[in-house]
Amino acid sequence: MNVSDVAVWSVILAVGAGTFAFRFSFVYLFEHVDEVPAPVERALRYVAPAVLAALVAPSLLLVDGSIAVVGNERLLAGLVGAAVAWRTESIIWTMVAGVGALMVVQQVVF
Amino acid sequence: MRSIPADYRDGLRDVAPVLVSVVPYGLVVGGAAVAAGFSVTQATGFSLLVNAGASQLAVIDLLGRDAPLAVAVVTALVINARLLMYSASLAPYFRDDPVGWRALGSYFLIDPAYALSIVRLEGDADVDPFRYYLGVATPLLPTWVGSTAVGAVVGSTIPDWLPLEFAVPMVFLALVVPTVRDRPGAVAAGVGAAIAVVGAGLPLNLGLLTGGLVGVAAGLVAEQVWERGGGASGGGSTP
Repeated sequence: MNVSDVAVWSVILAVGAGTFAFRFSFVYLFEHVDEVPAPVERALRYVAPAVLAALVAPSLLLVDGSIAVVGNERLLAGLVGAAVAWRTESIIWTMVAGVGALMVVQQVVF
Repeated sequence: MRSIPADYRDGLRDVAPVLVSVVPYGLVVGGAAVAAGFSVTQATGFSLLVNAGASQLAVIDLLGRDAPLAVAVVTALVINARLLMYSASLAPYFRDDPVGWRALGSYFLIDPAYALSIVRLEGDADVDPFRYYLGVATPLLPTWVGSTAVGAVVGSTIPDWLPLEFAVPMVFLALVVPTVRDRPGAVAAGVGAAIAVVGAGLPLNLGLLTGGLVGVAAGLVAEQVWERGGGASGGGSTP
């Protein structure tokens, strides 16, 4: 890395400030709205499924940057995790099942 | 203010298992930062001041490859733009809380804090939203900073046969399930996931943001389609 200490701290501070502005943005602004418009409220209900699924899917489906289904260990383990999540809605059991399944699959392959 | 409100403790209890998944992620990010040339102080300060792992990994990767500083900053901010959506989604629940507390609380807003809170708040009117949120959100930052610091000092020492980093997507998987129980939610998730996967090669990590935005739109459209014929369907686009 060919960057000065000052440059690194500048990047950290700039990202930190911008990220805080994102976090606080609507939490600050909604105070000045008398009532949240109904269409906005409906749209916000879909933020959680859309963004969380967008966070998860690439880590299960992409291997070295391209989509892989056959022989994809993380997809297989993810399906086990998804089944457990569906049945239990428990974070801890989903973690245990997913990580455990991945360990087993990796052992079987090698 | 009551002493240690029950709603705050509820949040603490719910976030406890998630903290387990934060530790390996923090170790990896701390180890990667030092490997790229960050000092231990910089690696730790990065987690304290930014508190958003995916964007930190992107900056570490870009600076490690001597990318322009502005590219590193813009990439990180595009990755973190999803926090705008989280902020909007939680904002209606926090409207009556003092602005100083809301500013402080916002500092802790990150994916698991949002996901845990929204799942609970959408289903339960009895809990004080902001106190519950604080209970969920506040333990995440010290866990994140602490594990990054350890990772920076000792390096990423997690052995290959123990794929602990997989705990992170499993947490989000567990949290997305309750949100896809109805059909529009499932459509939002399916479209968000598909676009994020197809768009994974886009610059600035735009696949995630695009997936989120288009997924929300798809959920709204699905709601319109399925509610047509039911009496309560309000017009999505008011003239």
